[in-house]
Amino acid sequence: MNRVVLPLSLQEALSTLTADPDATVLAGGTDLMVEINRGMRRPTSVLALAKVPELRRWEITPNRIHIGAGVTYTEIMTTEIAQAAPALAQAARTVGSPPIRNAGTLGGNLGTASPAGDTLPVLATLNATILLQSANGQRQLQLDEFMVGVKRTCLEPGELIIATELDRTNGGQEYLKIGPRNAMVISMAGVALVADLDTRSVRCAMGSVDAGIPRALKAEAWAAERIDWDNGAAIDPAVAQEFGQRVSTECSPIDDHRSTAAYRRHAIGVLAARALNRVCSPKRNGHV
Amino acid sequence: MSNTYSLRVNGTDCEVTDSDITESLLFVLRERLGLTGTKNACTEGECSSCAVLVDGMLTCSCLVLAAAVEGQEITTVEGLSNGPEDLSVVQQAFVDNGAVQCGFCTPGLIVAVHDLLEADPAPTDTDVREALSGNLCRCTGYGRILAAVHAAAEQMRSTP
Ligand SMILES: Cc1cc2nc3c(=O)[nH]c(=O)nc-3n(C[C@H](O)[C@H](O)[C@H](O)COP(=O)(O)OP(=O)(O)OC[C@H]3O[C@@H](n4cnc5c(N)ncnc54)[C@H](O)[C@@H]3O)c2cc1C
Repeated sequence: MNRVVLPLSLQEALSTLTADPDATVLAGGTDLMVEINRGMRRPTSVLALAKVPELRRWEITPNRIHIGAGVTYTEIMTTEIAQAAPALAQAARTVGSPPIRNAGTLGGNLGTASPAGDTLPVLATLNATILLQSANGQRQLQLDEFMVGVKRTCLEPGELIIATELDRTNGGQEYLKIGPRNAMVISMAGVALVADLDTRSVRCAMGSVDAGIPRALKAEAWAAERIDWDNGAAIDPAVAQEFGQRVSTECSPIDDHRSTAAYRRHAIGVLAARALNRVCSPKRNGHV
Repeated sequence: MSNTYSLRVNGTDCEVTDSDITESLLFVLRERLGLTGTKNACTEGECSSCAVLVDGMLTCSCLVLAAAVEGQEITTVEGLSNGPEDLSVVQQAFVDNGAVQCGFCTPGLIVAVHDLLEADPAPTDTDVREALSGNLCRCTGYGRILAAVHAAAEQMRSTP
């Protein structure tokens, strides 16, 4: 095909991809163009999604949030998505710099499927469903089904990520990350945490410390039993401290050019304790 | 692998011929259209010396596939003033405040500051630092850059 195609509808995008399953899919370009500029990828045809209106939409219903794959970080931070999914907005705010956030998309963070992708731990704690579509139909997957390894997804040829659906929760949400400076950093360790006042449960997921995005299932259950749910989710700071230590045992960090396994595990413990203290604030939960 | 398309840059339609489809907007601006105000440094979005506006949105032109922004309005640093004799308020403030050292990061900063002041005529120090967090100055002249932004903002507020 040797060209750049700019479809104006989802149907046109899918039929273009069916006709040319090897076409390289381009969203905001903030991962893909880096690879092209470095000569690591040399696409012979490109399917650019920027003008597909179905992918640029979001919708907020009482229980769920639907976010099109082409919605940018800037949109997540500055629209009603930020109120509906506060931790997702927190994660979006930590990505790159303003020009990166203007271009980079949620679908692109999923497509890259890096364990350091800042939105991914948040998706794991908000019970995300990833919607994939091809000319043959739609599939709905959980994050751990979609992301099958470091930078590996189960996307089939001819298939696009079209949207992500997330739970809305009642209670605090946090996303915290550690890097060498405050802007423009790929996370060395990240924690997303939700304390759900309705189901009286805690969900905690980690970034940059495993091949995937692990949940701290044992520590979550341990903490849920120790939170005073009748009093605005009050918590003893010593419990939060121990929670952090417990969370940090439920991941498998490695040494690499960004950090060491030992530091990453330590950082996860500090972040998880801090996040639990923040979400378990009776004042913040409207309980005075 | 070559193709032909048209880009709208600073209000002018520019024909791009025989371009490889993998060329970035940064490459096309500099090497094909001769607009060298936009600087080429990291080519991975880390430094913002290649910042331009695409349909009014601040973007790193190194991360934009040129052929994919056909029909969109592209503004480069050259489009923000009428040349050296008639600088924009932001450019003049950079000169007056000594915010230009080697000058390499300056075009990207000028574009980013125009974008900031368009949205927020009275930014705080934190707002400015946040807005320019992607712009690297290797001479580390950030103090004077900050002063220039506040001076430009003040002048723009006083001369509507
Ligand atoms: C300077 C810089 C700083 C960064 N900082 C961060 C950071 O702090 N945190 C972070 O998480 N990331 C960061 N990133 C990485 C990047 O910005 C994000 O991963 C972003 O979400 C990628 O989205 P995109 O729209 O730009 O994707 P693209 O680069 O367009 O695409 C990425 C991949 O996903 C595929 N893809 C995209 N959309 C779809 C779709 N709808 N269906 C199927 N496949 C698709 C593409 O084919 C490609 O393989 C940074 C990048 C840069 C250049």
